[in-house]
Amino acid sequence: MERLLNGFYTASPVIQMGVIIFALLTIASVVIRLMAQLKPNQDFKELFQRIRSWWIMASFFWLSMAIHPQASILLFAFMSFLALKEYFTLIHTRIEDHRVLFWAFLAVPIQYWWVHIHWKAVFLIFMPVYMFLFIPARLLITGKTQGIVESMAKIHWGLMAFVFCLSHLAFLMTMPAIPAIPGGGKALVLYLVFLTEINDVAQYIWGKLFGRRPIAPTISPKKTCAGFYGGVITTTLVALLLRFLTGFSLEMAFFSGLIISLSGFLGDLVISAIKRDVGVKDSSQLIPGHGGILDRIDSLTYTAPLFFHFVSYLFYPAPH
Amino acid sequence: MQNFARNLFFLLVVKPLLLVMLGVNVFQKVNLPKSRQFIMVANHNSHLDALALMNLFPLGRLHHIHPVAAADYFDVNPVISWFSKTFLNIIPIPRTHISKSNNPLKRMGEALEAGHSLIIFPEGSRGQPEEMASFQTGVAHLIQKFPQIPVIPVFLRGMGRSLPKGEFILVPFFCDLIIGQPLFCSGKKEEILGSLELAMHHLRETLNASV
Repeated sequence: MERLLNGFYTASPVIQMGVIIFALLTIASVVIRLMAQLKPNQDFKELFQRIRSWWIMASFFWLSMAIHPQASILLFAFMSFLALKEYFTLIHTRIEDHRVLFWAFLAVPIQYWWVHIHWKAVFLIFMPVYMFLFIPARLLITGKTQGIVESMAKIHWGLMAFVFCLSHLAFLMTMPAIPAIPGGGKALVLYLVFLTEINDVAQYIWGKLFGRRPIAPTISPKKTCAGFYGGVITTTLVALLLRFLTGFSLEMAFFSGLIISLSGFLGDLVISAIKRDVGVKDSSQLIPGHGGILDRIDSLTYTAPLFFHFVSYLFYPAPH
Repeated sequence: MQNFARNLFFLLVVKPLLLVMLGVNVFQKVNLPKSRQFIMVANHNSHLDALALMNLFPLGRLHHIHPVAAADYFDVNPVISWFSKTFLNIIPIPRTHISKSNNPLKRMGEALEAGHSLIIFPEGSRGQPEEMASFQTGVAHLIQKFPQIPVIPVFLRGMGRSLPKGEFILVPFFCDLIIGQPLFCSGKKEEILGSLELAMHHLRETLNASV
């Protein structure tokens, strides 16, 4: 037993996280099976689907990390593409905007190219400055002013949320190993993604168990105060428990937990608000039991840039 | 050889395009015709429609399935004509100058008599993006002549946004495709058209309710 534990502590963060993720998923699968046997008249179909999808998503994520950092950068780029596509499918766009949307999609590989060549300065301004200026300029060619402000706002918002913000995950991945963070970017991404997802799951479970009072009734009636507080506490505790992954001090882990749980909650609500506005419950049915890709990555759009800046500020001052 | 080229085209171009670039969700796949012969009737907004409908079937069945296409569009330019006949298996039919000898129903009838299946877009044109126009009567004539062949209504959504009429640059959107139960229509032309359009509207409602 002791040797096993020792082996675990000396293994690489990818292996450590793999053990944790797949052990948790195994436990969750077994628990749900048992619950289904204990309460045969209750419908567990959605939970089964949910956990099945978790297995698939976790496997993709973990395998890409295990294979090569570039593989996970590609995976994140593909996630951005899917999210942007789902967003543009959901919202109303003008017929005239067809080719402008094409340019918006083209910005996905370009943004991830900056990540690939590790050019931080351009990575940080390409979307908020250059695409911000380009989209309205390209919209002029349509020659149609009616609804043009709406198109500018909608297209750029999608790019910022699903390409710019998500690509911070990929950039974090390329951060080098330093004495304070021996695992480097890989460890940071594993830590961030795991905590963000744990926060979603914890909110869901605490809400199901003790949730009474809705926290934002007009935006997402299913989110409750108990779910929110439970999520913040659970995520912060897990952040403290897992600090061996990154080598964070107690305070750093504590603040990471707070940042991720609070901002993750906000990201979730923002996407919920968009879905309410366009009048759908799930953004699509791409991921059985979860909904669409936006339903899954909503929190990451907020946690990724915030955690990125937190880490950059403390450990990777310019020019890195 | 032609079959091989077509299968390769579907495997290497159509499938990645529809699955990865676009993402086509198929609803009610159980209604997919298992019988050898069918007439598939769908709304039409994009060149992607025929690809998505053919892609519902295994490669081995493609050589028996023909989208019916306008000759004045697909059979004028030799390159487009060769491409669409080789890879898409189209049957070109005339839309103008219709006479006894230049009858669009003739070639469709021949294909059905030979045991092949057809994909028909009864709106007759791709029209405005994501809008369904009323059906032309030709399809009703055909169904009257072959009442024993099941008619499969299919409603497509999103293709008209991805690749609308008059546009050659594809922009990916998630697309939906819903397959209706097979119909066996008989009676007057108006009745047949009425039941087809009713089936299409019903499919659209089902799709709107499920997403």
